Amino acid sequence: MTRKEKTRIFNIILTVFICVSAVLFIMPTVLTIANSFMTSSEISANYGSMLSNMENEKKVFISENVNLKFIPDKATITQYKEVLFKNPEYLFKFWNSVILTVPITVFQLAVAVLTSYGFSRYNNKVKNLIFFIYIILMLMPYQVTLVPNYLVADKLGFLEEVNDTGIWKMISEAKFMKDTTIISLKQRLAIILPGIFSPFSVFLLTKVMRRIPISYVEAAKLDGANEWQIMTQIYIPLCKSSLISIGMLVFIDYWNMVEQPLILMKESELHPLSVFLSQINAGDIGLAFAVGVVYMIPTILMFLYGEDYLVEGITYAGGIKG
Amino acid sequence: MKKKSKNPCGRRGEKIFSDICIIPSLAGVLIFFLIPFGIIVYYSLINNPVTKEFVQLDNYKALMKNTAFITASKNTAFFSIIAVPLAVVIPLVLAIILERNIIGKSVFRTFFLSPLMVPTASVVLVWQVLFHNHGTVNQVIEKFGGESVDWLSSSHGMLVIILMFLWKNIGYNMILFMSALGGIPKDIMEVAELEGASRAYQFFHIKLRYISPTIIFVLILSLINSFKIFREVYLLTGDYPFDRLYMLQHFMNNTFNSLDYQKLSAAAVFFSLIMIVIIAVLLISEHIFGKDVES
Repeated sequence: MTRKEKTRIFNIILTVFICVSAVLFIMPTVLTIANSFMTSSEISANYGSMLSNMENEKKVFISENVNLKFIPDKATITQYKEVLFKNPEYLFKFWNSVILTVPITVFQLAVAVLTSYGFSRYNNKVKNLIFFIYIILMLMPYQVTLVPNYLVADKLGFLEEVNDTGIWKMISEAKFMKDTTIISLKQRLAIILPGIFSPFSVFLLTKVMRRIPISYVEAAKLDGANEWQIMTQIYIPLCKSSLISIGMLVFIDYWNMVEQPLILMKESELHPLSVFLSQINAGDIGLAFAVGVVYMIPTILMFLYGEDYLVEGITYAGGIKG
Repeated sequence: MKKKSKNPCGRRGEKIFSDICIIPSLAGVLIFFLIPFGIIVYYSLINNPVTKEFVQLDNYKALMKNTAFITASKNTAFFSIIAVPLAVVIPLVLAIILERNIIGKSVFRTFFLSPLMVPTASVVLVWQVLFHNHGTVNQVIEKFGGESVDWLSSSHGMLVIILMFLWKNIGYNMILFMSALGGIPKDIMEVAELEGASRAYQFFHIKLRYISPTIIFVLILSLINSFKIFREVYLLTGDYPFDRLYMLQHFMNNTFNSLDYQKLSAAAVFFSLIMIVIIAVLLISEHIFGKDVES
């Protein structure tokens, strides 16, 4: 066998290997989507014993085994009808996810643009120290950062389920918001505010902005642009694709959130769908697949639309130091 | 059109503007992270928030004796020690394979990256079906004459969690390695080829060295992500999992519920110190390796 042939065979083996692993990787997603089209009777026939196990009830099912099905016997969209139209609970939880994730993403990016501009235009020792603290903070896991977050939320009265202290009392007495609205606002702010100031996007965007050649700025200045114009008309347009990719990474991270609501949100009514999904698994298993699919639609769409942006964003993240 | 005029404040004004830009963010970070963290350090050193007596390291000593904390730390450490190296090596291997000109490279990239974009909560049911007592994996095992395993409520649960972690993180790390491998200057490899360096030599002495900063970065990243595994465990098994799956975040959640500020603060401070040490070690080694490549 010549060396060329050897390489070819080797390549074929590798391709097969990669194919198999790639299929394994999308399997859970594909299975979730496929199963969401099953009728509820088919689901309880196949996964029923799982359900009874979870609730410790002695129900009799057709089969003790849990049969993983790839293709439903009869595809229907009844589950989706139930989730989207008949049972508003799931849409509420979906909305809870949106109302937390979208403000965090948008404002975190807005703060990051301003801050990164500040970090990248001029440097001094104090700023370098601050940036270093941001990096350390970014690398801290939730187990560490949630404790300070909780403390602040507690001190600001976000966690109380009455409005009888400080500014919340004033808002409550001014009567332009219902008390229940104020309480849900407070609980959401307890998650949104720390999210906005999370230093992740500042770190990434600063690295991107530091690569912008100074000559662009000089040229703009010759044309009489002031700092604000340099930021909005040169830096922001040049960082557009990075902003999209960073926004995607931030969005996914918070769309997936579990830790923060469990600790910072007392009212389970306000929990996002990501937390709620683990609770319906035990109950309404028939709907859980469809709800899961509905929940992944926003991120999947983002992925299909912006995969290249995402890859670019991840690549920019490579290397802690700029 | 605006009249052409020189910035009235000149360079100094620009510097001040760039300083002002970071104030909102700094204020937020101070309010939500740094100042309360300072308070937490203080809390960890006093006996209770009422009498505020200074007790030195008593809270930390109590923490070290707390069985729940010890279990949680052990499990988390065990998980990280196994899962993190795998999350570095497997993506590296995949990236190297994909670096060869394999047909449909971009399709594979999409496939490997897709778990990142799918919320864990959405697919957790499939994982439950797979690893249920009478689930798919056990059925396959039984078919081949093996003995079925109670995956989620035994020490085997760790394996499931590791698989879920790898599933989620491999794509991201692979992208980082692919870009790092793509960034190796071609002429270096050509020179090595001309000088008759073996494939193995090329790989271990040139490529690995060149991408060592990325390896360190992926290591840090995977370590951070490994502490997020609570999500998967929680979604899979709920608040009170099997003993071996009881993670640090479970401990924190339960301590939050009992509102024991002293225990909580001591745990957070202790954990942050460990993180700082680990990150410092990794950053210093990145620095050393980084220099190595430049010279």
